[in-house]
This record gives sequence, C-alpha cells and structure tokens, in this order.
Amino acid sequence: MQASTQTNAPKQAGANRSDSQVAVNANEVQHEFLTFVLGSENYALDIMTVKEIRGYEDVTKIANAPAYIKGVLNLRGDIVPIVDLRLKFDVGEATYDEFTIVIMLMVGERIVGIVVDEVSDVIKVNESDVKAPPEFGVAFDSAYLHGLTSINDQMIILVNIQKLISSDELGLLDANANKSLEQE
Amino acid sequence: MSVDMSQFYGVFFEESQEHLEEMEHLLMELSLDDPDIEELNSIFRAAHSIKGGSGVFGFDALTGLTHVMENILDLARKFELSLTKVIVDQLLVTVDTLNQILDCYQNEEEIDWGAIEKGTAALEALLKEDNAEDTTAEADEGFGLYDNPVTESDDDDFGFFDDVSVENEEKSYGFYEEESQKTDDNSDDVNSSNDDDECFGFFDDEPASTQENTVSQSNDNEPKNIAKDVAPEQSESNSQQADQSTSAAVENKTAKIKSVPQVASSSPKASAKTTAKKPSAAAKAKSETKESSSIRVDTLKIDSLVNLVGELVITQSMIKIVGKDVHGETEEKLDGAIIELSRNIREIQEAVMSMRMLPMSFAFNRFPRVVRDLAGKLEKDIDLVIEGGATEIDKGLIEKLVDPLTHLIRNSIDHGIEMPDTREAMGKSRKGTVILGAEQRGGSIIITITDDGAGLNRERILEKAMSNGLDVSEDMPDEKVWPLIFEAGFSTAEAVTDVSGRGVGMDVVRRNIESIGGMVEIESHQGVGSVFRIRLPLTLAIVDGMCVSVADQTFVVPLTNIIESMQPTHDQLKTIGNDHLLWVRGEYWPLVSMYQMMGIDNAITTPTDAIVVLVETSRKRFGILVDSLEGQQQVVIKSLEQHYKRVPGVAGATIMGDGSVAMILDVESIASDVQNLVPQEVSIAS
Repeated sequence: MQASTQTNAPKQAGANRSDSQVAVNANEVQHEFLTFVLGSENYALDIMTVKEIRGYEDVTKIANAPAYIKGVLNLRGDIVPIVDLRLKFDVGEATYDEFTIVIMLMVGERIVGIVVDEVSDVIKVNESDVKAPPEFGVAFDSAYLHGLTSINDQMIILVNIQKLISSDELGLLDANANKSLEQE
Repeated sequence: MSVDMSQFYGVFFEESQEHLEEMEHLLMELSLDDPDIEELNSIFRAAHSIKGGSGVFGFDALTGLTHVMENILDLARKFELSLTKVIVDQLLVTVDTLNQILDCYQNEEEIDWGAIEKGTAALEALLKEDNAEDTTAEADEGFGLYDNPVTESDDDDFGFFDDVSVENEEKSYGFYEEESQKTDDNSDDVNSSNDDDECFGFFDDEPASTQENTVSQSNDNEPKNIAKDVAPEQSESNSQQADQSTSAAVENKTAKIKSVPQVASSSPKASAKTTAKKPSAAAKAKSETKESSSIRVDTLKIDSLVNLVGELVITQSMIKIVGKDVHGETEEKLDGAIIELSRNIREIQEAVMSMRMLPMSFAFNRFPRVVRDLAGKLEKDIDLVIEGGATEIDKGLIEKLVDPLTHLIRNSIDHGIEMPDTREAMGKSRKGTVILGAEQRGGSIIITITDDGAGLNRERILEKAMSNGLDVSEDMPDEKVWPLIFEAGFSTAEAVTDVSGRGVGMDVVRRNIESIGGMVEIESHQGVGSVFRIRLPLTLAIVDGMCVSVADQTFVVPLTNIIESMQPTHDQLKTIGNDHLLWVRGEYWPLVSMYQMMGIDNAITTPTDAIVVLVETSRKRFGILVDSLEGQQQVVIKSLEQHYKRVPGVAGATIMGDGSVAMILDVESIASDVQNLVPQEVSIAS
C-alpha cells in the first residue's frame, strides 16, 4: 500500500520531496498536524506552529485595515493581530461568539491569531502519504499548500501556514520591499 | 580541562567591551600634566582584567597586546614614565585594535595578527624610547653629580618620598627641558642653569643662587605649564641632587659646602610634598569604593518583566471587578488590600521601566574620542561640548543612535567647521565648536548637533541635486533644500576623504533615524553654522496619556501634545469646503475627526455634541474630534510592529486596565496629514 503511494506521488507531482522521501524510506518521517474546518473543507496545519487555541474575544479594531483583519488583542502582554480566515477566503459564516475558535500561531518571532470554523483533531501524517496539492479547487492559493492527505477517506488539505502568514496577500507584515507596490 | 569555557565567553566579551570603553573614556580625560593616579589605576585595572580574562580563555591575540599596554600603564601609574600625547594616542589606537580583536573573537572571524604585531611593536617602541630617555636623564644627572648614577638606594635617604622619587626625577627633568625653552627669552642666567650642563655651572660658580632660581622659577611657571605638585617635587629633586652631591661629590669641597644649606632649605618643601601625596592616597581609597555595584541583566529579561507587570495591572483590575460582588465587612478589607496592591504594582512598574533607561551619555561618551581623532587628522581645532548627557533614553534607542550620530558629527567636523586659518579670516575664533546636546521636550527626545562652521552651501547642494537628476528649482525655500543632502549618493564634498565625502553617510543617517521612529531637521545659516536636530519619540517608554473614546473604541492621546479639551459651540465652528475649523481665542484650528480618520461607525458626528481635544505638535496645532474623554492614565507603549505592522496615525498600542487594547495616537504623523486638509494660510504659525 505504502509502496504504491510512494511510486505514485512522484509521478503525479514530480515533487522532489517525495523523491528524497523514497531514499530515506527506512525511517519514515512523521509530522503532527492540527486539523481545522473552514466552510466545508478540512484543513490541517503543522502543530509545531500552534501556540494555543482559545475562544474568540473582543478585539480592538485597526484603522483602515482590511475586513479580514479583525483587529488586535492582548495576549498576555503581546499585541497580537487576529485574522479571520473565513472572511479572507470567503468561506463559512463569520459569526462571533464564545464558541468561535482562534488558533494562536507562532510563526518565527511573530504571534498571529487565526479565526476558523472549528478545530477537530491532531493527526499524524507520514511524509509519504502527502500528495501534491491541486492547482485549484480549494480556497487557498496552491502556493500556500503543503499537500493533500486523507484520513478515514476524508481529504485533508495541509496548509503551509508559515508561508501563508508571512505572505503579502494577508498583509500582516511590512518592511517588505514589495509592500508599497502591493498597496498601489 | 573538561570545563567548557565557551559558556563564559559571552560574559567575557561584554566585560571586555566595557573595560575598553572605560579605558578609552579615561584616556581621553587624562590630563598629561597632572595624571590622576586614580584614573591611571582604573585604566591599568581595565587592561589587566582584559589580559587576565583573555589568558584564561586562550585569546592569545588579546593577551599579548594588553600585556605591553599594561606594562606602559604600570610604569605610568607608578610615575616611572610620564605620559605624553604620543603615548596616549598610541594607547587609544591600541584600544581600537583590541576592540577589533574582540569583535573577531566574538564573531569567530580571522584574527588580524599583522595589526596586533604592529600595535605591540608600536607600544614596545614607546617603552624603549622612554627607557632611553630615562637613561639619558640619569646619565645627565649623574654627570652633574660627578658620575654618580641615580639609583634607588639614593632615594632611600629620603624616606618620605621613596616610591615617587623616580618619577620626581623624571618630572623635574622634563620640566627643565620645557622650561628652558620657555624662559629662553626672559632670563638668560636662569636659562643657563637649566641646560643640560647646568650642573657644571651649578657647582662651579654660583650653585646656591642657581638652585634658588630654579626653585623660584618653578613656582612662577607652575600655573602655566606645570602640574600642581610638580613644583614641590621639583624643589625636592633639587634637594635630592644637592644631597647626592653631598654624599657623592667628595672631590669638590666647595660644592659640598654650598649644597648643605640647600638640603636644609629644601626640607620644608619636601614635607610639602608629603602633604601633596596624601590626597592621592585618599583618592586611591576612594577608587576602591568606586567599583561599580551593578549587575548585568539581559534586556529580554527586563522586557518580560515589563510584560508581567502589565499583566499584574490587568489581574488587579480583574480582582477589583470581582470584588464588587463582595459585601459586608470583607468588602472593606478587600478594598484596602486592592488599594495596597495597586500602589505596589505602580511602584514595581516604575522601577522596571527605569531599568531600561540609560542616560544619553552612554552614547555621547564616545564622541570626544571621535572628535579628537578627526580634528587631529583634519588639522582642525575643535571643541566638543556635550550638553544634557543625563537625559534618559531607552537602551534600545541608544544603540541605534550611535551610528547616525557618528555620521553627523563627522560631517559637522569635516564639512562644517572650517580650517583654523579660514575661520580667523572670517573673524571667528580659530577653535571651532561642536555642541552635542540632548533634551527631553514633551514626548520627544531632541538631540542636536550644532556647529559654528560654514553652514550648508545652498548653491552647491542645488547644483549637485540637479546633476543627480533630482526635481529641484532655484527658488526653493531653504527648508526644502537642506533635506536634499539626505538623498542617496549625495555629497558636495569636493574631495573624497577617508572621513567623508562618499555620499553614503547622510542617507543612511536618515534611514537609521526613521527606522526608530525619529526624524531629522536641519537648520543652517551660511557662515554661521548649522544645526542637525534629531527628534525621537519615546516609543519604548511609558507615556502619560488622555484616554478618549470614539463610539466603542478607546484611544490614547499623549498628554504632552494636548493643550486643552473643550466642547465647541456653534459660533466657534467654521467650514471651508468639507473641512471644519474651530475659532478659539483668535486662532483658527483645523479639525480632524477621529471617526473619519479611523473609520469608526456610530460615533458622534456633530461637532457641537462632541469634544475637541486641541493638540500641538512641533509643526502645527489642530483639534481632534472625539466622543468623550475617559480620563488620564499612564500607559505602557507596546509596539504594533512586533506582531503586526505599522499603522498610519498610530504610534503604538497599550493595554488598558481591563485587558483590552487601545491605540496610542501618533499626533505628529496625523499633523502631516492635516497639512493637506487645510488651506495654507490657515495653518497656524506659532
């Protein structure tokens, strides 16, 4: 079973990752992912980036920020921006109550909270089970995807959250050289 | 050795850095005529500490160089070697070299052994030179004393000045030389007595009077060029010579007889010397207590303390809210406890914040050296005046300020201050002055670099700007012309020197200052001088603020910007197009609506129902329209950029008592928007 996925994967994507993975087949690399739901799709992100999960609480709005940046809140002394991925990717229903989930991510030195519909599980994924992402069909640009995997016949989209958070698309960081271009 | 030394490297590097800084500072302050034994000791100790540490860690490059340095300093502090400008200069160069080596070790880079050898050789050469001088000194003296060399044992005759005696000889010797030049023109007979062959004259014809002359002369000259205690030393060494001659010059009886009264007459002076020595012993004792009582703490630890205290404040207000449900006897007790708690927390907060603050002199202290070196190199005569060194500023800002300040000062010295001859021709004093000042003005720290040099050359800047393809015109106002020098690749210096002229400095200066939220202004007058003014916001500090609310949001307006708050009446409001103006006490104040600027719904839009906060910035005054005032509070400025990015019009954020986040308005940057809102003639000239 595993052998077949391994041979399939490189064919489908030609991804180097899978190639190298074949070489080190002996000790399979496993990663843990936190799965969450956005709209009707199941996503997962690297659990090592998750700082904590908490309920939504009132934020302080930021002037002239895009709608999906809800504002900032005080996370034990850190002023942390909250991004509603539901608004950003136009999926699900953007309602806010104490059951609304915020995942606090630690990306590099930065803390960012993302609002999602629900968090479900922590899964272990073998590198070899990761298939290359499709070019379309998900809310995320495939540039921010790590790949696809399936658990119990359910497709889970693995998100490269570091890349997404630091992307110009979310506009969470400045000091980027192309920042000014983006604004124009 | 199984102990991993590398874990201590960090401490060693930091300490050595400090030692080097201290050395440099002390060397700069050291007076050549009258070296302070305490200062010499400090310099010696610093060198010794570096040597010791580097030896332990096996940083051989440092050990070798510091060893020679230590030798020189050791001689100097025992007054066996008189420091000259050349020696001090070389020591300063050595400090630089040590700094470089330290950097190399720290960054694990290749060590420049060539530079070390050169430095060591230079120092050793100085040592030798001095030794040579010593021997000639002794030879001369011995000559005078009938070939009886001056040795330590001779000094023993005078128990009360044993360990300083050697220095006395040197001092007095140097003194003679100097003096002989000075007195050349006015007293020929005295002069002759001061020459190398002085002793011949001394013993041949009128020894007593010569002695007398020398002594009195030393007193005359004392205020001019001799350190205070040299005079007694001088007389003492005379007496010493005399005494030696008593014991040694058996062949010459006249000399012997004549010199006896000399010994007697000089003994009171010798005792004067012992009294002179006392304060230096006292200073020695003082220097021991002067050892720093501080400890080294990582700034990250302080930052996390600051955060924790912030949390404490919030927790306290939570307790306060919960406490409202408590009734009866407990309520009173709880209230008392909460008041106590809040007082303690406030004190902790203040204490923690003050830990981060350092006096500006930490940055300023290195500049005397820079100026000295540059002035020497450019052959200009420059006086650096430092003002406001005690102004406290966040440590983080200090580190980022050093580079821009160095650039600006170099610039002032190289381009600003003219050559002494030119200055004289222009009717200025030959000595140029650069004033480095810092002061806190409101919520800003203002650092000024003022020089009394030539000022910026408007024509040359415009010319250069045109050739660089910048959009300029001849009739631009000065305020628009000066900032042009901050453009990249802009240098009006005719020749590129190693000091400046490559045009890389000024744009870096501006970029560095802007990166810490500051700005630079230039004021310049042809022939009179120029002022570079750096305005830094207190971004990392606490700010006193007025909390204002707009709809359901709270903002903090720095108190320093606020003039007053008022509810406007109909009569006071004027409109130009869509813009509102407020007429208060004979002035028109442009109005900025917070709800518009921040895009807030449900705010009060009718100015007469709202509150206007009149604010003032360095450039203009205007009114900010808010819903209501919430009260005055001291808030900790938190950076939005740490996890998000800079937001226009907002200086930072803070955490309020209830744990919510409030934005702190950046009134200065709002002011620059106001410019566009209001017709030019209405903007108020203050």
